[in-house]
Amino acid sequence: MAQITMAKALTNGLRAAMEADPTVLIMGEDVGKLGGVFRVTDGLQKDFGEERVIDTPLAESGILGTAVGLAMRGYRPVCEIQFDGFVYPAYDQIVSQVAKLHFRSQGKLPMPIVVRIPFGGGIGAVEHHSESPEAQFAHTAGLKVVAVANPVDAYWMIQQAVASDDPVVFFEPKRRYWEKAELDESVEPVPLHSSRVVREGNDVTVLTYGPMVKTALEAAIAASEEGRSLEVIDLRTLSPLDMGPVAASVRKTGHVVVVHEAVVNLGMGAEIAARISESCFYSLEAPVLRVGGFDTPYPPSRVEEEYLPDLDRVLDAVDRSLAF
Amino acid sequence: MSDPELGDVFGPSGDGDDPELVQLLTPEGERREHPDYAADLDDEAIAGLYRDLVLTRRIDTEATALQRQGELGIWASLLGQEAAQIGSGRAMLPQDFAFPTYREHGVAWCRGVDPLYLLGLFRGVDQGGWDPRETGFGLYTIVIGAQTLHATGYAMGLQRDGVVGSGDESRDAGVIAYFGDGATSQGDVNEAFIWASVFNAPVVFFCQNNQWAISEPIERQTRIPLYQRALGFGFPGVRVDGNDVLACYAVTQAALRRAREGSGPTFVEAYTYRMGAHTTSDDPTRYRLNDELDRWKAKDPIARVKAYLHTTTAADDQFFEGVEQEADELATHVREGCLGMPDPHVLDIFDQVYAEQTPELAEQKEQYAAYLSSFEGAH
Ligand SMILES: Cc1ncc(C[n+]2csc(CCOP(=O)(O)OP(=O)(O)O)c2C)c(N)n1
Ligand SMILES: [Mg+2]
Repeated sequence: MAQITMAKALTNGLRAAMEADPTVLIMGEDVGKLGGVFRVTDGLQKDFGEERVIDTPLAESGILGTAVGLAMRGYRPVCEIQFDGFVYPAYDQIVSQVAKLHFRSQGKLPMPIVVRIPFGGGIGAVEHHSESPEAQFAHTAGLKVVAVANPVDAYWMIQQAVASDDPVVFFEPKRRYWEKAELDESVEPVPLHSSRVVREGNDVTVLTYGPMVKTALEAAIAASEEGRSLEVIDLRTLSPLDMGPVAASVRKTGHVVVVHEAVVNLGMGAEIAARISESCFYSLEAPVLRVGGFDTPYPPSRVEEEYLPDLDRVLDAVDRSLAF
Repeated sequence: MSDPELGDVFGPSGDGDDPELVQLLTPEGERREHPDYAADLDDEAIAGLYRDLVLTRRIDTEATALQRQGELGIWASLLGQEAAQIGSGRAMLPQDFAFPTYREHGVAWCRGVDPLYLLGLFRGVDQGGWDPRETGFGLYTIVIGAQTLHATGYAMGLQRDGVVGSGDESRDAGVIAYFGDGATSQGDVNEAFIWASVFNAPVVFFCQNNQWAISEPIERQTRIPLYQRALGFGFPGVRVDGNDVLACYAVTQAALRRAREGSGPTFVEAYTYRMGAHTTSDDPTRYRLNDELDRWKAKDPIARVKAYLHTTTAADDQFFEGVEQEADELATHVREGCLGMPDPHVLDIFDQVYAEQTPELAEQKEQYAAYLSSFEGAH
């Protein structure tokens, strides 16, 4: 079976979604001829035409605002935001309009919009190109938020997100775009809003998503060489959270480390730690520990490797948890 | 949904036959008269502009090479836009202030910013090391259009400080906001136009229409010539040959004078062309044709000044050789300075976040320092 990159898996997933449903539109800056700066929409305008793959004027509020109107006409816009740091001009439309129209209209105006955001650091970029704003969207009622970690999930989750009648903010870890995996399309995908154990273990549960899944898996391999068994869960869905697999794991290990690139302060780890302490209090043998970005703006790229959580910082937290 | 014929609307591409296009020096290097604009520059001053153009291009070439060699993360080339930047930058007085995008290396040069600071940003050493107040040159702004509002607010500050329209030419000041053709679609930019208009702010909106916003041609942003939009906002707009350094100088000087004397904002559309890729990460062969590039090559902003200086014998071979030599020296400065740039220390980022450090962040720094020192001597 052929290996496929995450970028290509997303392209194929979008292609399948567009073939399955003629109301699916792609909108964004440079998504047409260029195929997006990460080439995720490569070839789609050629095959589906300029009516369905729309190079928009350079205005993110415009992209999301017009997506609302198109959604009201029964279309399913898939909006590409070029980089994480450029979603903010659209923030008002996403938070005040996209997220609330179903509620305000008592369900008469569903918003089947997908907002694709390449996110996270590690690519040596200049400022505004390496941010992790997922918690800001997970904090907004009315939005669903997911993050993909591998090509197989990318292929299925983008199709599931497009098919969703709710707005989905879809985070793609840009530094993993070129990672490869085998994609067997005959294997049925799990539901969009489900978390998954990606490596079984008994000593410590590591909860993570997006770019950090790979880091956590590498940490688990390193830990196993020291006789420690880490269970790694790819959360995949950030809103709603899927606490079932998390709780099952915590009851087994009693030790939890949450890992994300986003700043720790009020990040996803904060909500997850609170939920675990509410539902698994008596299983815990140590406080839930968080490994994430420091509470600073994303730094210049020459220090990003030291800023980003890495294998050592995950293992350090594992040690601290077990030593508690 | 195909585009209508836009050729008429957009006018010829800067070849001087467009009556709306201010041009004072043709691509062949001949001076032209214009009823409203004249460059008050003697041949020595024009030779000075030539030097600026050549040195700026050399900084750009060297930075591009350094990126190719892995020394910079990325570089945004100004190739083809030197005249727009040098002409407008040299029209500024010391008390004026410029708000750049990420491509205004030529304006930075005019403001006395050492190019190494620009390289530091693209190398990932910092996010802008120069002093905006000292140089009158704001930090590079990557979020498209945001700086146009900052420029307008700064201009409103000048009004409140009594340095607009006071009649004292040594004090009265103005502001230039730089932005691209793509940026004109952003809400922020349109809001800046409204603010500036309503408050009669002393700001020049200097749009370098280089015909492209990454892969999107200008037709994706507008159906009328950009400078004509100004009228709808209530201030004058003018289109200048962006590859003509004399015209860019004269038009910007007039607009800045207007601003400083309290007559309000002006929109300047510098009609030019992005000769290179959007950045070193971009591949323009995916979306544009070479013959467009060739047409613009014939309008090179430096060649025409050289032709003028040659044919009028305003400058001799010795002058041109001297500029070349200076360019070589500058390239060495840029290269060696870049290679010798110290990396930042990760612990320093904790001290830069707030004017008044928080106990939480100070503790985070301490903990991380302790963590880092736990590795010392490990390998
Ligand atoms: C708010 C925002 N959205 C998207 C981007 C990504 N981006 C960087 S440059 C660019 C095109 C800018 O075109 P233009 O304004 O014409 O300036 P030019 O690069 O041609 O100088 C885009 C879309 C950004 N930096 N900021
Ligand atoms: Mg442009």
